[in-house]
Amino acid sequence: MEILLLLFIPLLGGFLLAFFGNHRLAAELNSIISFLTLINAGFLAARIISYGSIVVFHEQFFVDPFNIFLVALTALVAFTTSLFSRPYMRIEQHHGKLTENRLRLYHCMYQFFTFTMLLALLTNNMGILWVAMEAATLTTVLLVSLYRTPASLEAAWKYFILCGVGIAQALFGTILFYFAAEKLLGIHSSLLWTHLDEVKNRLDPTVMSVAFVFLLVGYGTKVGLAPMHNWLPDAHAEGPTPISAVLSGLLLNVALYAVVRCKILTDGALHNHFAGNLMIGFGLLSLIVAVFSLSRQKDIKRLFGYSSIEHMGLITFAFGMGGPIANFAGLLHMTVHSLTKSAIFFTVGHAAQKTRTQIMENIRGLLVQSPTVGWGLMLGSLAILGMPPFGVFASEFLILTTAMKQEPWATPLLLIALAVAFAAIFGKVQPMVFGETTAQRTPHPPALLPVFLHLSFVLMLGLFIPMYLANWYREAAGLIGY
Amino acid sequence: MIPLSSQLLNLLAALFLLISFAMLAQRRILSLIHLYACQGLVLSLSALIVAYSTSQSHLYYSMFLNFALKVLIVPWILHRLIHRLNVQWDVETLINIPTIMLLGLALVIFAFNLSLPIVHLAGTINRSTLGIALASVLLSFLMMITRSKAVSQVIGFLALENSLIFAATSITYGMPMMVELGIALDVLVGIFILGVFFFHIRNQFDSLELKHMEKLKDN
Repeated sequence: MEILLLLFIPLLGGFLLAFFGNHRLAAELNSIISFLTLINAGFLAARIISYGSIVVFHEQFFVDPFNIFLVALTALVAFTTSLFSRPYMRIEQHHGKLTENRLRLYHCMYQFFTFTMLLALLTNNMGILWVAMEAATLTTVLLVSLYRTPASLEAAWKYFILCGVGIAQALFGTILFYFAAEKLLGIHSSLLWTHLDEVKNRLDPTVMSVAFVFLLVGYGTKVGLAPMHNWLPDAHAEGPTPISAVLSGLLLNVALYAVVRCKILTDGALHNHFAGNLMIGFGLLSLIVAVFSLSRQKDIKRLFGYSSIEHMGLITFAFGMGGPIANFAGLLHMTVHSLTKSAIFFTVGHAAQKTRTQIMENIRGLLVQSPTVGWGLMLGSLAILGMPPFGVFASEFLILTTAMKQEPWATPLLLIALAVAFAAIFGKVQPMVFGETTAQRTPHPPALLPVFLHLSFVLMLGLFIPMYLANWYREAAGLIGY
Repeated sequence: MIPLSSQLLNLLAALFLLISFAMLAQRRILSLIHLYACQGLVLSLSALIVAYSTSQSHLYYSMFLNFALKVLIVPWILHRLIHRLNVQWDVETLINIPTIMLLGLALVIFAFNLSLPIVHLAGTINRSTLGIALASVLLSFLMMITRSKAVSQVIGFLALENSLIFAATSITYGMPMMVELGIALDVLVGIFILGVFFFHIRNQFDSLELKHMEKLKDN
């Protein structure tokens, strides 16, 4: 029941906002819809915690500890981002960047986008997972080009072509999965993940290994893994900031979720570390490529876009290593990264509005004009750079120590990457926050509740992980296996 | 399994590959759309043959879906689009068609090699079609890479999707109905969104040449 409601609310909300999306209270309506989705996700999570995994509706939907935590995270960040987007979009409108019709498109697509992500997470059918991922691209293409500037059109085109081509490869991988499973399971259940999971030991290893390569490259394009990452910084920099926040905080996680689901099956069929090794390779490459691109950036949103590639690389590396601790760290890092990164994008959005530019050289002295935005950016950057006592420190520490034990050769690379990222980001953020100011007052007060809510969650996860949450992560990590 | 159906299927697979090559070399946008419709027709025919010879009723639906979408609706939308954008007589300056063709040949050989270890698992009706499907996927990639106009790049993308569905029908008797419907919906929504997008691009750059859209760089 909760599952149906959970999918139905954003879908209906999308249609509703397609008509009333330019109404005076549309932003409030958007937040209310997202809030209802969040409440439902909460109920569903409570049920999964107390009763365990469920499979419903002719086995088409499936919820276990692994996807429910992402569902809860997705609903939470979608809600807080809708809170942030209310004043943000008003200011953009005030600055004359948006017309009423585009605002309607924005609100409508925002809900559809939430819907596709929840569908991708909840479905048990690998085919529907693919359909939902493709739909997530389609709903965001027009959002990336919302401002209709030459740069934003270019970014949206790149996003569409690269992700479309990438995800087409994932479809080929899915077809090969189906091909491998069809003889064992028959036509009707051979794309259902729960059934595939039961027979994974008997799936043909050759087909599965070829399929996994296609799936990793395909969904990996959406995760932003190097060398398929080119769309990500552009889309993040040129789209409206709430969209950058949900792309970074949510979409990348959902794509990685798809990769991990496929890895579980491939591991079962192959009985070796083939899938894990591939993920380690792609993860490390993304990490290195991203950190060495950081220092060259001039645009603040591109900077944090590259930082997202860096962190997704790190998480992919963690899942690639496998084992209970690395998986636990990967899941924790997914959570804290998506909370911190969206908080950063919230402050970056307001900083860019206050200074009317995204070029970092022209953003100076945020602290003088608005202490909350300044401190939000500073604390968020410190958190994302892995400073204690924030949660990112805990997960990065776990990933590092596991790497020392399982893949010792990778440890120096990880350490160098983290150090370079620190130097690059901190060096750029510090002058933006302190010193003489270039910022001006905006016509509407900025939304700061979401920023500090996210940062306090991240702080809490760094200091103390509540018992039920730790158990939850542990169970999910156990599901992912080696 | 009647051998005739298997032979027909192979014939259609060969035609499919031939059309992929033709698209690779075709410079006129209007002819590209016609070739795309032909490819859709071959795809639906092969679905029909597989449906008939294996008596799987859901493949008939899939055949109808593919026929309606890929032979009628999408080509029609594309026709209207290029008419409204006034680009139907555009000719693309493709450099070096012979080189592209040779590259395409190399890709086909690669695809057949890749599919060798997988093919022996397939039923008798669909041997060798996996190689062709994979080859068409790669040829569509090549087409997208070599094109410099937005419309032809999108046709390359649609051909890519055709090849994937061809792979699905020929090696696995088609995907479950719900997935096929979902994919069809995605294609349809995608083409609408792109249609809107083309107009935005043209309003902004006064043309659909992609060379205007190479400005975003790291510094």
